[in-house]
Amino acid sequence: MLIDFGFGVLVLSFLLALFAIGAAMYGAQRQRAAWVESARRAILLTFPLLSLAVGALIYLLVTGHYEVKYVYSVTSDAMPLYLKITALWGGQAGSLLFWSWLLSAFVSAVSLRDWKGEREFLPWVIVVTAVTLAFFLSLSIFFENPFERWWLLPNGDAVGAMFRPAGGAAAFPPDGRGLNPLLRHPGMILHPPMLYLGFVAFVIPYAFAMAALITGRSDDRWIRVTRRWTLTAWLFLSLGLVLGMRWAYDVLGWGGYWGWDPVENAALMPWLIGTPFLHTAIIQEKRGIFKHFNMALIILTYVMVIVGTFLTRSGVLSSVHAFAQSAIGPMFFGFIALTVIVSFALLIRRWPLLRDEIVLERLLSREALFLLAAVVFLSVFFIVAYGVFSPLVYEIVTNEKITFGPPWYERATAPLLGLLMLLMGVAPLSAWSYTDARSLGRALWKPAIPALLTPPVLALLGIRNLIALIGFTLVVFVLAVSLYEYGRGVRARMKANRETPFQALGRLFARNRRRYGGYLIHIAMVVMAIGILGIELFQTETQRSLSIGEEIQLGGYTLRYDSLAQFPHTDGRRVTRAELSVFKDGVFLARLAPRYDLYPDGQPMTIPGVYSTLADDLYVVLVNWENVSTAQTPFKVYHNPLVNWLWIGSLLFIGGMILTAWPPKESQTP
Amino acid sequence: MKEKRLLFALVALLVLGSLFPLPALAQQATPSDDEVNAIARQLFCPVCENTPLDVCPTEACRQWRELIRQMLAEGKSEDEIIQFFVDNYGARVLAEPPRQGINWIFYIVPPLAFLTGLFLLGRGLRDWQRKARQTAVQPPPVPAADEYAARLEEELRKRR
Repeated sequence: MLIDFGFGVLVLSFLLALFAIGAAMYGAQRQRAAWVESARRAILLTFPLLSLAVGALIYLLVTGHYEVKYVYSVTSDAMPLYLKITALWGGQAGSLLFWSWLLSAFVSAVSLRDWKGEREFLPWVIVVTAVTLAFFLSLSIFFENPFERWWLLPNGDAVGAMFRPAGGAAAFPPDGRGLNPLLRHPGMILHPPMLYLGFVAFVIPYAFAMAALITGRSDDRWIRVTRRWTLTAWLFLSLGLVLGMRWAYDVLGWGGYWGWDPVENAALMPWLIGTPFLHTAIIQEKRGIFKHFNMALIILTYVMVIVGTFLTRSGVLSSVHAFAQSAIGPMFFGFIALTVIVSFALLIRRWPLLRDEIVLERLLSREALFLLAAVVFLSVFFIVAYGVFSPLVYEIVTNEKITFGPPWYERATAPLLGLLMLLMGVAPLSAWSYTDARSLGRALWKPAIPALLTPPVLALLGIRNLIALIGFTLVVFVLAVSLYEYGRGVRARMKANRETPFQALGRLFARNRRRYGGYLIHIAMVVMAIGILGIELFQTETQRSLSIGEEIQLGGYTLRYDSLAQFPHTDGRRVTRAELSVFKDGVFLARLAPRYDLYPDGQPMTIPGVYSTLADDLYVVLVNWENVSTAQTPFKVYHNPLVNWLWIGSLLFIGGMILTAWPPKESQTP
Repeated sequence: MKEKRLLFALVALLVLGSLFPLPALAQQATPSDDEVNAIARQLFCPVCENTPLDVCPTEACRQWRELIRQMLAEGKSEDEIIQFFVDNYGARVLAEPPRQGINWIFYIVPPLAFLTGLFLLGRGLRDWQRKARQTAVQPPPVPAADEYAARLEEELRKRR
């Protein structure tokens, strides 16, 4: 009953989205405001309807309706309530519905805004968002239906289908298979919604950009209207990436946080285009240039959002052949091709309209430096995309597989990331439009001093690694520039308004949130870079089998193996848990308990024991594939210098983002 | 006489030595986990997607690590072991495409893409500059760091 209700509502939302597309186009073409209004209400209605569908699915998940194939595949009786709820996005069909639901929420929110200033955008924003929504809903209805039931065929096979197949009898499995254990971690529970929120929010600026192209409006209205959407999208996408990194570090047990895996890259690619867009959009607002460029960037961001979802959802990554066989793959492929062709055709048609309002004169102006940074970002994006797609093309052509592993990505992107850090330092000190070498030099020399002092100081401390010396120098440079900018602003305010330093800093932020919030994000980025440089360049590891009482040394720490326990957990998994004591210079510091859990379905999960300080992490894994016994227990120990700064930088980053994106008080709205 | 004894001793030593051949020596030094991992780290699991061999938890990979240990014990070099895996499981076990033949495009294209970007940027800026020279000469404003700082400076001046 509830199953049919959920599916029915899903179909109804799909029909409403289709109606909205038709009505909005008709209304725009014939200048009939009533039709546009009707389309607006239709799209507005998709959110409550899809909420009902999502609510129905959650109810089925929580109450253990295992006759529903999706419920069977992601939940089991032993799972706690919160995991049953979050299993909504624990599998393919559920996460696609979740995607559509988030999109309908955003689209409804947009349709409720006050459209006075840009009434002509309304029908086209509805068309673009409704097409996207209809596409994802069609995937849910025709290919990945979360409401499919189990049926037993006369020949004994069990199949999933929405409606009773010929001769089929409804099947009611007593218990479900349960969620993949790797996904039962807070990081993995929050990571997909954050990523999806980021993905979905980028649909809104894209829709406005398309509306601007279709209506031929050449000003920066679409950018101003969607500025906060873009920032929000970027915030959630970044959050999603960081949570994914943390999850990998905590759960995968290989001592790292990022493996340049295609699935990770799929989420990184929209970020690599969204980030320069965020910057060059500011320039269009301020100077009326880069209009074509911004259009191209937002189109590419949207395309990458769809590509990212496609890569992770179609199975193309495990094998191009599996992709060709799946129904969902070609659908995605077609939609992506259509998006690219239509969007760029529109851009080309409107090309002459989007002329620059001023001319760019100086090579060292902030505009030119932003553009250079955008080129670097796009190059990194290109490299990542090249690394993701080359193995696929190679497999199609030669029928053999090749691997693009971390060394390939690191070698190709590291110099560019260094260049980006340099630009992060130089660009804030350059001026709009009229910088020459001398004025830039005058602004640069003070923050450059601490940066230039960094290599000799590090060399004295015994660091000889060239990449580390360059990297840390750039870190200090960006830190110095950002702090110098704060200092300059605060000092000027203190003098002018007789404010205390804290008042001055607070008001500095209040007056120009985007700028000073932006510097905080820059600081956060380089703090993250400290952690990345530390773990990438100075990680050490060792592996040995210990018997109880034996010790292992790494990175100045001594680990003593104290005990081992094996016991069944209430939810059915078998836990093997070792205890070790950490010492440094003979002083006891902490007790670590790495463990591995073997789930009933045979899936193991390795949870490291981590002793974490600002200087380094000691990361111990019970190597789960070896045979464990108290006589000989295999441990793998990683020493990860400075890695904590990656997480500290992440927190700072989120703080900076929220500060920048927070809606200003009414009086300050531009 | 003395030489004869020495010769006899040498022959005896050789005979005795052949009774305890090389494997015995190798067994004394079983390659450590770290030595195995140093090679496994450079290889990718041939069955799982994108998982380095040193951290892959599957049974197949455990056996491959044991194979590395065995080959090390037999005195095989790092290159020989890696080549063995490439010969048996294809180039996909390497962390990067092997640098040969057509594969070079995987190494040439990325820097080329960046250089192309730089070239396009340079050309765009040159066009802009040319246009700027053609348009009317604007009076260059004070080279202040930026608008906001300029406004601050101005407020400061007014106060004095």
